Amino acid sequence: MKKDIILCGVGGDGIVSVAKIISDAALKLGMNVKQSEIHGMSQRGGSVFSHLRISSEPIFSDVIPEGKADIILSSEPMEALRYLPFLSPEGWVITNSDPFINITNYPAMEQVNAELGKLKHCVSFNANEIAKQLHARGNMVLLGAAAPYLGIDFAELEEAICNIFGRKGQEVVDTNIAAIRAGRDAK
Amino acid sequence: MQKTLLLGDEAIAQAFIDAGGSAINSYPGTPSTQITEYVIKSKEAKAKNIVANWCSNEKTALEASLGVAYAGKRAMTCMKHVGLNVCGDPFMNAAIIGTKGVLIVVADDPSMFSSQDEQDSRYYGHWAMIPMLEPSNQQEAYDMVFFGYELSEKLGTPILMRIPTRLAHSRAGVERREALPQNPISYPNDPKSFVLLPVNAKRLYRELIDKQPLFTKSSEESGYNRYIAGADKKLGIITTGIAYNYLMENYPDGHCPYPVVKITQYPLPYSLLSKLYDECDSLLVLEDGQPFVEEHIKGFLGKGKPVHGRLDETIRRDGELNAEKVAKALGKPMESGAAVPAVVTNRPPALCAGCPHIDSYEAVIEVMKQYEHGRVFGDIGCYTLGFNMGAINTTVCMGASITMAKGAAEMGIFPSLAVIGDGTFGHSGMTGLLDCVNEKANVVVMILDNDITAMTGGQPSSANMKLFNICKGLGVDPDHIRTIVPLKKNHEEFKKILEEEIAYNGVSVIIPQRVCIVENKKRVSAK
Repeated sequence: MKKDIILCGVGGDGIVSVAKIISDAALKLGMNVKQSEIHGMSQRGGSVFSHLRISSEPIFSDVIPEGKADIILSSEPMEALRYLPFLSPEGWVITNSDPFINITNYPAMEQVNAELGKLKHCVSFNANEIAKQLHARGNMVLLGAAAPYLGIDFAELEEAICNIFGRKGQEVVDTNIAAIRAGRDAK
Repeated sequence: MQKTLLLGDEAIAQAFIDAGGSAINSYPGTPSTQITEYVIKSKEAKAKNIVANWCSNEKTALEASLGVAYAGKRAMTCMKHVGLNVCGDPFMNAAIIGTKGVLIVVADDPSMFSSQDEQDSRYYGHWAMIPMLEPSNQQEAYDMVFFGYELSEKLGTPILMRIPTRLAHSRAGVERREALPQNPISYPNDPKSFVLLPVNAKRLYRELIDKQPLFTKSSEESGYNRYIAGADKKLGIITTGIAYNYLMENYPDGHCPYPVVKITQYPLPYSLLSKLYDECDSLLVLEDGQPFVEEHIKGFLGKGKPVHGRLDETIRRDGELNAEKVAKALGKPMESGAAVPAVVTNRPPALCAGCPHIDSYEAVIEVMKQYEHGRVFGDIGCYTLGFNMGAINTTVCMGASITMAKGAAEMGIFPSLAVIGDGTFGHSGMTGLLDCVNEKANVVVMILDNDITAMTGGQPSSANMKLFNICKGLGVDPDHIRTIVPLKKNHEEFKKILEEEIAYNGVSVIIPQRVCIVENKKRVSAK
C-alpha cells in the first residue's frame, strides 16, 4: 500500500496538523512515512504545502514527484488548483470550498469552482461551516472527508487523534473526533 | 523498537541528547531552528542538565561550544547556511585547534525557501579541512550524530554536519539508540592547543594537514560511503546526501542499473570514486546544492572521461534537486501532471493582519514620500516583507541596514533610514550603530521591537528589554532615542517623530514597540 498526499493551504491555517495525524496512524500500522513541510518566511500568510508519503515499502524521496500524488487535500479551493501538477491522472482532490481571501487579485469563485468541476475526482464542500457548528477546525473536517481515500481504517485515525491531542484533554479529543466524523458523513 | 516520527532537525536534536551532549548553543535560522528548539523544550534534556541556549549570533554560539569542548564535554552549535559566514572566524580556527567533541550542524537552503542565497556549506568544511557528514535520511542523521562525536574525539577535529531543507523539515520514523552518559569535565592534555599564537598555530596547522589521510581513511572505511554495484557500466553515478533518494525514486523496485557511489561522509572516498571512474564510461554527479563534488571530480581542465552534473547544466545549476530533474538527467521519460489553471493567482507571503510592522511601515512610507532621493535600508526578518509594500529599498545580510545607511548617508543620500528588528539588532546591529555614533552619521535607525525573533517562530531576542540602554550606552543622545507604540491611533505621532528625527543632523534611533501578533496570540492562549 502506498499513498502520496499533497496537503496545502495558506500559511498559518494549520494544515500540517492533519499530516501529523495521518503520519501517526500510518506509523502505528508499521508503515513507512515521510512528511515534508515548509517553515520560515514562506509560511507567513502565503501559499503553503506539505508532502506526505505513506507506504508499506521503503520511501526514497521526501517530496512527491509531479504527476504522482494520489490525493490533494486542501484547506482552500484556489490552493487545491495550484498543486494540480502533482496529481496523478486517477488522483482525488478533497478541498474546502470556502475561500481564504488575503490578496487583492483573488479570482472569481465561479472560475475557481469551474476549474474544480473539470477534475475527474473531486470533493469540494464547505468544511469551515461544519467545523463552526462543532467548534472545531475545518482541517479536521477535511481529514474526515479524505479518510475513505487514505487506505487507513477510520478507527486508526481516531486513535491517532487520541494520541496527538490526548495531552490537551478529553474535550479536545472529542471535538476533533466529532469533526472528522462530520467530514466523513458530509458528502 | 517503536519508531518515533521526527523531523530531520528533531532527529539530530534527539541524537544530541542521546549521544551524551552537554551543551547546545545556537542562533535560530530556517531551516535549522527546530534542532535547538527541540532540545530547549525536551524534558529529558532538562533532567540531564543539558545546557540549551539561544545566543546573540552564530559567532557567540560557536565560541561557547569551543568553551564547552575546552571542558571536555560534547557540544553542538546549529545554524542556517548564511550563519556559517557569521561564525567563519571561530569555525576556521576550531579546525586548526583540532577541537574535540564539537558538532557544527549547518542547514543549507537550496531553492531559497527562506534565505537570500544557496551557498553550500561543504565548501566551508573543505576549506577548513575537516571531516563532514551529509546524512541521506532522518535515521542516518540520528546515527551520524553518535558517529560524528566518536570521530571528533578520536581524530581531534570538529565535524561539520550539512543538511538541506528537505531533510531538516521532513519527518520520518527514527529508531533511537541506548543513551550514552555525558563526558566528565576535563582539561585539554596539551596546554598550548587552544593558544593560537603563530608559534603554536604553525605546529597545529601542520598537524591538521597530517591528519588528512586519517580523515580520508575514515571516509573509506566507516561504511557510510558505499559502492553499490550495477551491471550497466556506461554510466557511473555519484550521489551525495539526500540526492540518493531522488535517484532511487526513479527505480521503484530499488535497483539502479548503474553502479552508484553513495556519499554521506567527507573527505571524498578516493578509492571508491577511482574504482567508479575506472569502470564506467562517464559519470553523473547528483548533489542537492552547488556542484561541490562535481568540481572536485572534473577538475579545472575537465579532461578525462565526461563528468555530467550541474556544471554542464545536465541538471540546472540553481534550485534544489528532485526526482524529476534526476529522471531528465538519466534520459528517462518524464511524467507530468496537469498544468496549473490560469485562474490561479500568486499568494506571496505577507505580514500578518495586525502585525506591528505594518503600522511602522505605513508611517515610513508616508513620510518618505516627501523625499524623492531618500532611501530605506532594510534587514533580515519578517519585516523584509515590507519590500512588497514598497517600504524598503535593500536587504542584504544580518545587520546591513544600519551600516549601509551609514555608508549611503556619508555619500549624501538623505534621508538615510535603517530598519532592523530587535532580534537582528542583537545579532549584528550594535557594532554598526557604534560606527554611526563614532562618525556622527546622519542616519535614522528604526529598531522594530516586537519582543521576539518572529520569523523563525518566536525565539527570545537577545537585546530584549535592553534596546534603549544599549543605544544610550553606545553613545546615541538619549534625546534622540524615541519610542512609540505602532498602532493606527498613533499614526500621526509616529510620522511627527520620524520627521523630527530626519530633521536632526546626527544619529537618531526610533523604537516602535509592540509584541508580534502571532506571539501575542500564543501568550493569550497559554494563559
